[in-house]
Amino acid sequence: MSDSLSAETIQISGHDGDEIEAYLARPAGDEARGGVVVIHHMPGYDRGTKEIVRRFAELGYDAICPNLYWREAPGAAPDDAAATARANGGVPDARLVGDVGGAAEALRALPTSNGKVGVIGYCSGGRQSVLAACNLPLDAAVDCYGAFVTGTPPEGFPLKVTNLVDQLPNLRCPLLGLFGNEDSYPSPDQVDELDEILTRESKPHEFHRYDNAGHAFFSVDRPAYRVEAANDGWEQIETFYQANLGG
Amino acid sequence: MCTYATVRTALTGSAKGPDSKWFHVTDGTVYFDHPVHAMAEHTLNIDFADPAKGPGARVAVELTAASARELVTAIEAALASAPEELKV
Repeated sequence: MSDSLSAETIQISGHDGDEIEAYLARPAGDEARGGVVVIHHMPGYDRGTKEIVRRFAELGYDAICPNLYWREAPGAAPDDAAATARANGGVPDARLVGDVGGAAEALRALPTSNGKVGVIGYCSGGRQSVLAACNLPLDAAVDCYGAFVTGTPPEGFPLKVTNLVDQLPNLRCPLLGLFGNEDSYPSPDQVDELDEILTRESKPHEFHRYDNAGHAFFSVDRPAYRVEAANDGWEQIETFYQANLGG
Repeated sequence: MCTYATVRTALTGSAKGPDSKWFHVTDGTVYFDHPVHAMAEHTLNIDFADPAKGPGARVAVELTAASARELVTAIEAALASAPEELKV
């Protein structure tokens, strides 16, 4: 397989048919392949996230990241867009599902698509990856340390999100979970709870939990980066997607 | 973690922002969450903004929790040192 790839900014149809921006990276060549929707973290549709999209193309997948803040801040710098979206109350769950669904359809419409699409999200995107997998026809989902998939927000904690416990019985595809044992949100107990619920519901899942790693250990440009956990995590992702999105 | 917590407040004043230009500030957004630039896992972040001028009309500050508390104390001290008749 060649390591040549191309990347570009495109427009896709998102929630309610809204036109939104997305970053698409594709391997060279015309062989059939799976697709990956990358859900960016709360700080936005930024350089680090686009590097992840290109890495999936380098791994042999058509990969796309929808700009979840396009409606609030079209054309703005990623950090300014994230601040604007945050001040406006963040991304509603229904809109997230619509935008990820639109991104998945854009991948399936590519001439190279083998029909299979996975999703991955980091941080707030980890929760959104699980949310998407409970509501959309996807083939594999990866949750990288998403808070409030399970667990109850502390008393007085001004969260706008709810956990996804009531939606987990609807999970439609295998889930790979990657978590740091030093993380507080999600805490090890909350990861245990998610594991127990998915086991009880007979939902295929595979968790890897890393010592000496906390939240955001994949973030190469942040102090939270942990090379050992991140390297093993990437290997787990490659194996998981190969099994569920290949051929 | 992403705290999702966001506190908004209306402000009246000015800030020096993109391209070294001053702009009128109408909104403040305060939250404790991941920073974009500061070398800390979480910071107290403040956006001084004028949403009417678009997302780029923003001055962003990311402070460690200890620094943020020191700033609050400094602001209170500065305000306390000024004559009441000047503080309208």
